[in-house]
Amino acid sequence: MNPSIELAPVAADVAPTEARDTVTGAEAILKCLLAEGVNTIFGYPGGAIMPVYDALFHYKDRITHILPRHEQGAIHAAEGFARVTRRTGVCMATSGPGAMNLVTGLGDALLDSTPLVAITGQVGSHLLGTDAFQETDVVNSTIPLTKWNYQITKAEEIPFVFAKAFYIANSGRPGPVVIDVTKDAQLGTLDFSYQPRPYIRSYHPLPKINTTEVERAAAAINKAKRPMILAGHGIQIAGAQEVFRQFVEKTGIPLGCTLHGLSGIPTDHPLNMGMLGMHGHYGPNIKQNECDLLIAIGMRFDDRVTGRLSSYARQAQVIHIEIDPAEVNKNVHAHFPILGDAKQALEALLPLVASRTHKDWVDSFLACRAIEEEKVIRKAILPTEDGQIRMGMAVKLVSDQTKGRAIVATDVGQHQMMAARYYTFRDTNQWVSSGGAGTMGYGLPAAFGAKYAQPHREVVAFIGDGGFQMTIQELGMCAQWHVGVKIVLLDNNFLGMVRQWQQLFYDRRYSSVELKNPDFVKVADGFGVPGKTVSDPNKLEAAIADMLAHDGPYLLHVKVAKEENVFPMVPSGAAVDEIVLEPSELL
Amino acid sequence: MTTEQDYTITVFSEHITGILSRVVSIFTRRHINIESLTTSQSAIEGIHRFTIVVVTTEDMVQKLVAQLDKQVDILKAFYYTTDEIVYQEIALYKVPMAMFSNGNRVERLVRSHNARILMIEPEYVVIEKSGHERETQALLQELRELGDVYGFVRSGRVAVVKPMERLNRYLETLEQRELVSY
Repeated sequence: MNPSIELAPVAADVAPTEARDTVTGAEAILKCLLAEGVNTIFGYPGGAIMPVYDALFHYKDRITHILPRHEQGAIHAAEGFARVTRRTGVCMATSGPGAMNLVTGLGDALLDSTPLVAITGQVGSHLLGTDAFQETDVVNSTIPLTKWNYQITKAEEIPFVFAKAFYIANSGRPGPVVIDVTKDAQLGTLDFSYQPRPYIRSYHPLPKINTTEVERAAAAINKAKRPMILAGHGIQIAGAQEVFRQFVEKTGIPLGCTLHGLSGIPTDHPLNMGMLGMHGHYGPNIKQNECDLLIAIGMRFDDRVTGRLSSYARQAQVIHIEIDPAEVNKNVHAHFPILGDAKQALEALLPLVASRTHKDWVDSFLACRAIEEEKVIRKAILPTEDGQIRMGMAVKLVSDQTKGRAIVATDVGQHQMMAARYYTFRDTNQWVSSGGAGTMGYGLPAAFGAKYAQPHREVVAFIGDGGFQMTIQELGMCAQWHVGVKIVLLDNNFLGMVRQWQQLFYDRRYSSVELKNPDFVKVADGFGVPGKTVSDPNKLEAAIADMLAHDGPYLLHVKVAKEENVFPMVPSGAAVDEIVLEPSELL
Repeated sequence: MTTEQDYTITVFSEHITGILSRVVSIFTRRHINIESLTTSQSAIEGIHRFTIVVVTTEDMVQKLVAQLDKQVDILKAFYYTTDEIVYQEIALYKVPMAMFSNGNRVERLVRSHNARILMIEPEYVVIEKSGHERETQALLQELRELGDVYGFVRSGRVAVVKPMERLNRYLETLEQRELVSY
């Protein structure tokens, strides 16, 4: 420890010494974090959390605090950190507006099963409920957005509540936890001792795999003629990538990935038929309504995947491997539910399934791919006839130059779907995107968190011009920490996805979707992030190479065709087999 | 699965601040109105219990119970149809003393409804009746025909299950079962 820090004029009881048992609540919080292996906090200080910041001053050799420019940046960065490491992200904010600015990220993390612990300061317990300065009811506000939350009003509660919070956040189906700590609890003292992963009698996150269920599912798999796998986020959360690949190869069953299932198995694996969902691939979408068996693994039959539920996979039997019992039979009836962790379930299934190939059935997917290639893909990765860059082209070039091994962070909208469709994932835990919530503004801070967590990996953030401006201030965070996020800004001067819907379903009435954008390169330069604008398709490849060669954060501002649409598309309310390949089919 | 009826949901939880909000939020999210809600301690020390009545479909009540069960501080939630439970509600009626002063109609009413007088004051009388909603409602109707009813309140449903309480069995299996916890 730096001795000059120890001499700093601070309250004597906050100065840390390992030998002493009695510590303040503020210091106890940091000791809890260290006990959980946390070395990074994404946070923003303020009045009600100041004791923790003061204690942090003495722990800065062990805990790095990253200051964003807005609390939303902190929580999305913590999400990005969690998504690539599968460890719990930690963010912190003060009471009132600080806590409220975390709310979007909490909802996002809950829907996308992202483990977070969010610490919020709260007014002193004697002021609770009095409309004190910067008091908001954080516990009530965040109940529907958290897996668990708790308000600490006494210092001695801190170790147990933190241990419980970390256990809950990253066990079973991961999710966000909020701990609201009153200022007097931060200032109070306690005798510190820490017991991680406490027994919680009301919480049993990891159902034991039921062998009867597994045997029944294996029998169904072995007799299926047209089986299909739906590969979800749960595969990567469980760390089941390897056994999943073995399962796929042994059974010879074609698969489709959900949006968050991307990078659970390489995009170019011969049995990976592409992405499911509204802007997924043609084959995986229509085949869900032709298969005789659906094997859903770690996914929740989101409406963006199923399309019109009443016409979804009615002909198929369903095996649902899922850790969250509330997801089984929520949207789609499971004939063979297997409750539990995807890795454990697949390990149990693997020896019981027959080694097979489904050649004709796989060929029928490949035939669909050929159609999609012809009608959609070939064009999407080339410039327009009048020489403008298409989004898919930019994604494809980045994919090629990073050899499919970069972490791909995205914002939300057309560019997100293009990134999902045209990046060839060859590594794993590569996809950092807001799926369930569709949070614009997620991309830049989440990319920061991912790159900060894994600086040895390339991190490319595909962001649209709309979403970029929602959290553009986090360029400051990138510059301050010299975190080398490579931002590929796909700028079409529109809120493109909304514009696409207005074009297709609202008779081209473009209502509030056009943007007068700033000079993005100048803005980035102002933050100390270098960049370049490119609009000539012939110069794009070299511009991407320059970006990737740059040490540190970089903005590549790509001007793309203004009115490009994402296809194929399962229109809202349509069935998966009513997927549309070309806009002409909608007329 | 699609016809609506009364379901009684029992929820067993830790007794902590905020748990009521978390329970209620499950219903709010799905836009389901709660007909009645009662909380109290349960037969097991330290475990709190909610008795919630909703009118909905079986499909929906299953999803509600799954969502309730998922909450960290909830031990277990169950749902029952009306014929699976023994239940009771209590109602209090505050009526003017004058209602008793002409004839013995009120007295007959109290007797025939198996109600009882809780308190007599110069201005008013408080009557208590326990029973199912339609029974307490019937007394209210008849009292109203006799004059002003100053006050009326009906409790939420309290219920016990006809078969053995499932929670006890659940807690036992919890202890016996080899649960994988990581």
